[in-house]
Amino acid sequence: MSATPLTRNATARAAEEALLRKALASTPRPPRASALSAALTFGWRGMLKVKHVPEQLLDVTITPVMFVLMFTYLFGGAIAGSTGEYLDYILPGILVMSVLFTTVYSGVALNTDLTKGVVDRFRSLPTWRPAPLVGALLGDSVRYLVAGTVIIVLGVALGFRPDEGVPGVLAALALTIVFAFALSWVFTTLGLLMRSPNAVMNAGFMGIFPLTFLSNVFVDPATLPSVLEAFVNVNPISFLADASRGLMQGGVEGTDIAVVLGTAAVLTAVFAPLTTHLYRTRS
Amino acid sequence: MSGQIPLAIEATGLVKSFGETRAVDGVDLSVPSGSVYGVLGPNGAGKTTTVRMLATLLRPDAGSARILGHDVVREADDVRGLVSLTGQMASVDEDLTGRENLILLGRLLGLKRAGAKARATELLEAFGIAEAGGRLVKHYSGGMRRRLDIAASIVVTPRLMFLDEPTTGLDPRSRNQVWDIIRALQEEGTTILLCTQYLDEADQLAEGIAVIDHGKVIAEGTPAQLKASVGSGSLHVRLLDPDQRPEAERVLARTLDSVHLEADPAGLSAACADADRAAEAVAELSRAGIRVAGFSLGQPSLDEVFLALTGHPAEEEPAEEALAAGDGRAA
Repeated sequence: MSATPLTRNATARAAEEALLRKALASTPRPPRASALSAALTFGWRGMLKVKHVPEQLLDVTITPVMFVLMFTYLFGGAIAGSTGEYLDYILPGILVMSVLFTTVYSGVALNTDLTKGVVDRFRSLPTWRPAPLVGALLGDSVRYLVAGTVIIVLGVALGFRPDEGVPGVLAALALTIVFAFALSWVFTTLGLLMRSPNAVMNAGFMGIFPLTFLSNVFVDPATLPSVLEAFVNVNPISFLADASRGLMQGGVEGTDIAVVLGTAAVLTAVFAPLTTHLYRTRS
Repeated sequence: MSGQIPLAIEATGLVKSFGETRAVDGVDLSVPSGSVYGVLGPNGAGKTTTVRMLATLLRPDAGSARILGHDVVREADDVRGLVSLTGQMASVDEDLTGRENLILLGRLLGLKRAGAKARATELLEAFGIAEAGGRLVKHYSGGMRRRLDIAASIVVTPRLMFLDEPTTGLDPRSRNQVWDIIRALQEEGTTILLCTQYLDEADQLAEGIAVIDHGKVIAEGTPAQLKASVGSGSLHVRLLDPDQRPEAERVLARTLDSVHLEADPAGLSAACADADRAAEAVAELSRAGIRVAGFSLGQPSLDEVFLALTGHPAEEEPAEEALAAGDGRAA
């Protein structure tokens, strides 16, 4: 069997051969990547995907814009008497909702990854085991940041003037992203358990949709039937929305922030190891 | 093993079931360091599942395996630092460019930013895909894609490399390029476990071969030993007129052993090692007035090896393969 069916210039072939040999020659193995460096590298992978397919940012930009406009102008007058007042009430809440909706896509993206062979290569690397997951979520945090920024910029354009100014807005955004990061572990677990990206999307929204609407994001719970009111009052998303309003408008309560951070810690403590375990043992 | 040559792979009694199917049913393997070792078998024989266990991606239900002295279950992380995977089971990210894939892996394996970039450039040039380095992998041709897969596996030189059907679906030119790379890798000292469906490929590259069927190793040896076990070659004849096949079968049977009818209604084959005897047999066909469209003297095919070793043809088992691959990755 001849090495190549095409006749090629012998010197060119020798040069290619030399290049190949040089590339194949054993090189000393570098020290292992640190956990942080591995996670950041996976985060960079997420960013590259956005760079190649910027359309995927549409769901974190168009959807929030739609929500702000729809709720402010459609329901504002009816619920709060004026659109301006309602904007002040719901903008911090819509920020929370939009960012939390985005977390479902973390599970969808993970499930999509699993249908491709590349995950097996990641799993066969000697890196910190949760790195692909933590990295993907770090990358997703950038999406949360985009969604949050779009909401706030639009709100300000529509007349939203938070009393606590820029620091208050940044604090609210940061708290929301921390909670979203924790919540997305729930969806990555789901992403590893469900059979297709679509199933993850459906199940995810079936959970996050009622959970967000049955909170105080849109309406004052005092107007609700008592059973519903009781639920809304213990829903962690209500605490997050309250904290977000408090941070932006003034008068934030420590307990709200404590409940939010506590819930985030519990979600992460339960679902991060669960996701990692499923990712590792998934045969 | 008393062990003059250290073993790269030492597996005993590996078992893995998916539901009712025993995909791997007691596989033993001993692969010496520095060799290319072929695992030969049809789709669904259990090759991929075996490799996934050896590469720590699947936990064996029973049995044990050591890679360069490290247990694949208890010392999985050490094993991961020594091996790399290529092929249908561990590919590259289609949504990134070739270059980005190589940098990503370099960074994950501990190279610094500049080192990872330099290594990516070096590999892209060496594998003849420098010009495609900036394109998304999903737009690559089959041959480019396969070369990138291999490049991705040697960003940091592994001690042991698993190659799963590296040339399936490639045109002859791309296949030869992949074979050249495999030979060069071995000469540089990497041990390679090569899973393949093609006896030809194992024969070209491997020093030792294990034939696997229904999750069991059914034969082991050098390519020469395996071919000897089936007779060393066969004559394939294709007739112009399929109706003449029964007569052609009788004529061939006079000079050659184990004549059998091929799936092609105009095709026959017979065991034959010797070119003179083959020429004689073809001449007899022509004297008997049987018109021959073409003939060839070739190595035994995997099908013939299977027939000789198991008494049954190497049937494809798409259902089982789908199950193994499905459970193996994602449903």
